[in-house]
Amino acid sequence: MAHFKKKQAGTKQEVPTSAMPDVVFMLLFFFMVTTVLREVTLKVKIDLTKATNIEKIEEKRLVSYIYIGPERLPNNKLGNDKVQIDDSIQEDIGAIRTIMYDKLLEEQRMIVSLRVDESSEFGLLTDVQEELKQASTFRINYSTKSEATRN
Amino acid sequence: MLLKKRERESAEINGSSMADIAFLLLIFFLVTTTINVDTGIGMVLPPPLDPTVEPPPIKERNLMKILVNNAGLVTMDDEPTPIDEVQAKLIEFIKNPEASEELAISPQAAIVSLKTVRETPYRIYIDMLDEVIGAYATLRNEAANQNFGRDYSQLNKEQKDIVDDIYPKKISIAEPDPE
Repeated sequence: MAHFKKKQAGTKQEVPTSAMPDVVFMLLFFFMVTTVLREVTLKVKIDLTKATNIEKIEEKRLVSYIYIGPERLPNNKLGNDKVQIDDSIQEDIGAIRTIMYDKLLEEQRMIVSLRVDESSEFGLLTDVQEELKQASTFRINYSTKSEATRN
Repeated sequence: MLLKKRERESAEINGSSMADIAFLLLIFFLVTTTINVDTGIGMVLPPPLDPTVEPPPIKERNLMKILVNNAGLVTMDDEPTPIDEVQAKLIEFIKNPEASEELAISPQAAIVSLKTVRETPYRIYIDMLDEVIGAYATLRNEAANQNFGRDYSQLNKEQKDIVDDIYPKKISIAEPDPE
């Protein structure tokens, strides 16, 4: 009876893993660099509305945010509509002018992204916009979520 | 002579767990990363008005006045309009294919004025603005296809400028009347 000898490849069966830490480290550095750990703690409730004809803001460095929405109160209650810039609520609408103007001096091409709760009233927004005009920060963006295109 | 005899430990640091540590960190950063792109409707605000200077006169036919009340009811040049007809009406107003006396002289002269009241919810205001932007997007796409045979989004900078000149976006956000 013929004897069949199992043919075996001469090469090793293991995948070389010595480069794995390097690959992992590379990925790690990528994610470390792209991560933004601390974002603003929102003191107002923001539910963005949806729109169809929207554009992306490519240059994220230029964007500074203004949040408008009902204030979060303890016990999960919501108060009146308030304006939040950076980490604090601005009670005085007139102060927005100086804050935004100072920011504009740092970055001339600043875009103000208005993140407004869908149910807040237009009146407060128009007051804020008036302040933005006075601060000569004319480039604004109404932040919205994208909605599937209707056809 | 006294010879110190001591068992030597290996001088290398054990590196086999480094990959595990790196993986752990990697997973942490993977989870915390949010690559979110900010999307929205871009606008440019006008400079503040000088109260001593009279605004330049605008011909009535070149101005489309859109009024939105707090319930989301729309009038276009004093005519009640359902919200899903706004876009079609705007396109007709801007292009004015039949050269009507009532509608804009040319697309370049057309101005869309959007006015709401202070109580209007933001959602309704954005919906309305979206319709106006949508009307212009449709028109620009049309012009891009006619002139360059491609969609507006695929044009280069110079071509976009040409199309923008055909249909300039002139949207005026009027301030609501004080109560």
